[in-house]
Amino acid sequence: MRRFADLHLCPSIEDSDQVEKMIGKSSERGYRMVAISLPLNITQTKVRRLQKICGDAKLDFVTRVDLNPKTSKELLHYLRRFRRSFEIVSVICNSKSVARQAAKDRRVDLLTFSATNIHKRFFDRAEAELASNALSSLEIEMAPLLFLEGSLRIRLISSLRRESAVAEKFGVPVVLSSGATEEYLMRDPWEYAALAGLFDMGGPVALRGLSEIPFSLVERNRGKLSPDYVAPGVRVVKEGDCCPEV
Amino acid sequence: MPRGVRRRYLALKLVSDRSVSREDLMNTIWDDLIQLFGEYGASQTDLTLIRYNHERDYAIVRCSHKAVEMVKASIASITEINGKPAAVHVKRVSGTLKALLKKVQFSDSSLSGG
Repeated sequence: MRRFADLHLCPSIEDSDQVEKMIGKSSERGYRMVAISLPLNITQTKVRRLQKICGDAKLDFVTRVDLNPKTSKELLHYLRRFRRSFEIVSVICNSKSVARQAAKDRRVDLLTFSATNIHKRFFDRAEAELASNALSSLEIEMAPLLFLEGSLRIRLISSLRRESAVAEKFGVPVVLSSGATEEYLMRDPWEYAALAGLFDMGGPVALRGLSEIPFSLVERNRGKLSPDYVAPGVRVVKEGDCCPEV
Repeated sequence: MPRGVRRRYLALKLVSDRSVSREDLMNTIWDDLIQLFGEYGASQTDLTLIRYNHERDYAIVRCSHKAVEMVKASIASITEINGKPAAVHVKRVSGTLKALLKKVQFSDSSLSGG
């Protein structure tokens, strides 16, 4: 049976009632993995509490951070400091220089663009080429498609149509996530696949962006964050006294 | 001999703090359909409410099989009904009403009203 992941759930971390409700709803809606956006200064106690809530709801919890740098230099500083503290690193690209730097940096997992300001969506052919070499993915949040109205929604759909076509052409993986800040904005994976039809993304491609792509992303990062990891394809299998001397 | 019109039946579950009347539900679905696909697109859906259970917040709608993805997208985009936060989820889709009722395990009596 296909497993689904929502890599961007945005409840207010301080409101434990809302967190529990939204995590419960995710489990009901058929997800097996959720990533919650955490502040940079989150404590381990809070992370453990979230892990416990997700565990009770039979969900795999993934730590995620949304970096919002003003310059590419600031982005590099953030990545050096926080990359190893979170399983998923997303960069909100508010300027072209940040977008380009994020696309070519292998430490960045997800490229996120503003949903409301179309002039700040920098995912063009050049960006896609950089992203495809660096293995970063384009994130499409579905919540803005639900709460935006009129011309804003029309422009967003039009941008998403162009961006998903460019991503497909350059082989950039596209991750669909809810971006839900409240219960009423949460939908099933199949409902998201139907909504993805608005920007001409086929059902199977959309479902892959909700299942295989996010799962492989998290698996890859967990492997890298494990203490056994040495380099791509190299990891410690055994160490200590049990190893025979050469 | 030409084949009859192919249709799809959709079982819907409403999530709302307030009770929702059948007229409000259908008006909201039509509004979202028109917002997303325009009047021309909405006219191709052949959308009809078949059953509505007020107590259990379930509904069954019927549409043309060619428009099922449009209807699903419109239903998924509902965030409020009558100005109050709400969501409508598509539980199952089927080609016949009988099969749909079997799939969602509703008894006929629980979805009263035509």
